[in-house]
Amino acid sequence: MSGPHSPTMTIETATGASPSMVLNMGPQHPSTHGVLRVVLELDGEIVMKADPQIGYLHTGIEKSCESKTYSQVITLTDRIDYLAPLSNNLGFCLAAEKLIGLEVPKRAQYIRVLLTELTRITSHLVWLGTHAIDLGAMSVFLYSFREREEIMKIYEYVSGQRMMTSYFRIGGLALEPPPGWLDRVARVVDSMPGHIDEYETLLTKNRIWLARTKDVGYLSAADAIALGASGPLLRASGVPYDIRKVFPYSSYDEFDFNVQTQTAGDCYARYQVRVAEMRESVKIVKQAMEKIPSEGPFRAEAPGIIPPSREEMKTSIEGLIYHFKIFTEGFAPPPGEVYQAIESPRGEMGVFMASDGSPKPYRVHFRTPSFVNLQTLRKLCEGRLIADVVACIGTTDIVLGEVDR
Amino acid sequence: MQSPETQTISAVRKLQEWDAQSVAQVIESRGETTIVLSREHLFPVAQFLATEPSLKFSFLSDIATVDRFPLEPRFEVNYQLLSIDLAQRLRLKVKLSGADPVLPSVFSIWPTADWHERENFDLFGIRFEGHPNLRRIVLPDEWEGHPLRKDYPTEGFR
Repeated sequence: MSGPHSPTMTIETATGASPSMVLNMGPQHPSTHGVLRVVLELDGEIVMKADPQIGYLHTGIEKSCESKTYSQVITLTDRIDYLAPLSNNLGFCLAAEKLIGLEVPKRAQYIRVLLTELTRITSHLVWLGTHAIDLGAMSVFLYSFREREEIMKIYEYVSGQRMMTSYFRIGGLALEPPPGWLDRVARVVDSMPGHIDEYETLLTKNRIWLARTKDVGYLSAADAIALGASGPLLRASGVPYDIRKVFPYSSYDEFDFNVQTQTAGDCYARYQVRVAEMRESVKIVKQAMEKIPSEGPFRAEAPGIIPPSREEMKTSIEGLIYHFKIFTEGFAPPPGEVYQAIESPRGEMGVFMASDGSPKPYRVHFRTPSFVNLQTLRKLCEGRLIADVVACIGTTDIVLGEVDR
Repeated sequence: MQSPETQTISAVRKLQEWDAQSVAQVIESRGETTIVLSREHLFPVAQFLATEPSLKFSFLSDIATVDRFPLEPRFEVNYQLLSIDLAQRLRLKVKLSGADPVLPSVFSIWPTADWHERENFDLFGIRFEGHPNLRRIVLPDEWEGHPLRKDYPTEGFR
């Protein structure tokens, strides 16, 4: 290994003088789901060492946050994990609310739960489709994207955006959800269990699928904890750690759902966990639909932090002043630091935020699950065939935007 | 919403019983517990918290640095610990001067610290002694400066 500032990238080899071969996989490789580069050290077809190289999508989001107001940062959080923008919105908003000490109305909390669970379904659908394509099962992709599209239409109907929703705001939601939106949600979630059955008929007992995923990419519970793995990756190794249960946020303690675990710790177990999680999410969405009151505030009452309604801004002088102040300089939370974690589709999405009492965050750090989970890749691949590397990358369910930020 | 404060306090008390000198300050704020440590105590305290059977802070969630430039001590490095068994979180905070931003690596306690420490080295220039492979992670190796420092302009050096 050479020094940190050496002009060329250095790759250490595990075997020293052995006749091994170094193969560069990615960053332009269809199965790396973006711009992941893995340096593989091979002995024939056996992977001796896999070294992920990241940073190709680094956009300095954390630095950009420091020159934006708290509300403006929400748009950046969409772009961290672009397959689960609402989960990121939620993590950031909860952290800011904790910093300010803001209580969000129950109605907004339930709507947040409903939408983040739909996000979990869409995210797992993308994972399922792309992972299956990587392993040669083309058709699952076509089915899973069909359902994803229906949920994307709900996002568009509710927030005006399919992907970069920025729908959750500090203190509640951006807008009152449009009339009839719950009917659309009901149509999707009612058909969802049947669709999940369809994917399962294609994969669960498929002999090729079993051969490609069973006993591939084994991760023990001890290794998963030591490497900081979270989300389905950890639960498939038998650790029932789900932040929605352990540190409930946004009223998750009022919902009835089970934490899905498997003990095998291989790619197939992670497949089972994610499929089962989609079914649990459907359950949560259905409960949320019953809980959401048809009327009530969709954001907290906090003058100076939450923008006043249009009506109030036009008719009262305080409303006008607050509106002007919030949109020109933002609001200033009291100084302090918070760490807020949520269970994103990929695992523990943590937001560490430090305020110095100014309207812009002094420091925002995103503890993204993909970044940490990717560290397990070395463990998953070593001693396996090259073909299994594809299965292992797919099964960690990384989003490169989130890895590099 | 968070785990009851009394539980986290018991973790702090256990730590103080083990070595009263190690805890410089305990901050309770917004339902979160932060233990401020000096650099010398970081490694033994981390090892105690991770291995003590009644605590088992075996999961390191995150390492995040805050740059307080131009104040001194300039850097605050925050370790977010998690005990899955006790369902508790705990934050360790170490303050470092700008002239000598060096910390012992906790890689041998929590292997997940590998990339976290590389990230903090890359973006803040904190050096972790004993890290097996301390090099930049998201920026190219030949990059100059540490962009998340407060004296590094957002748009970069021109």
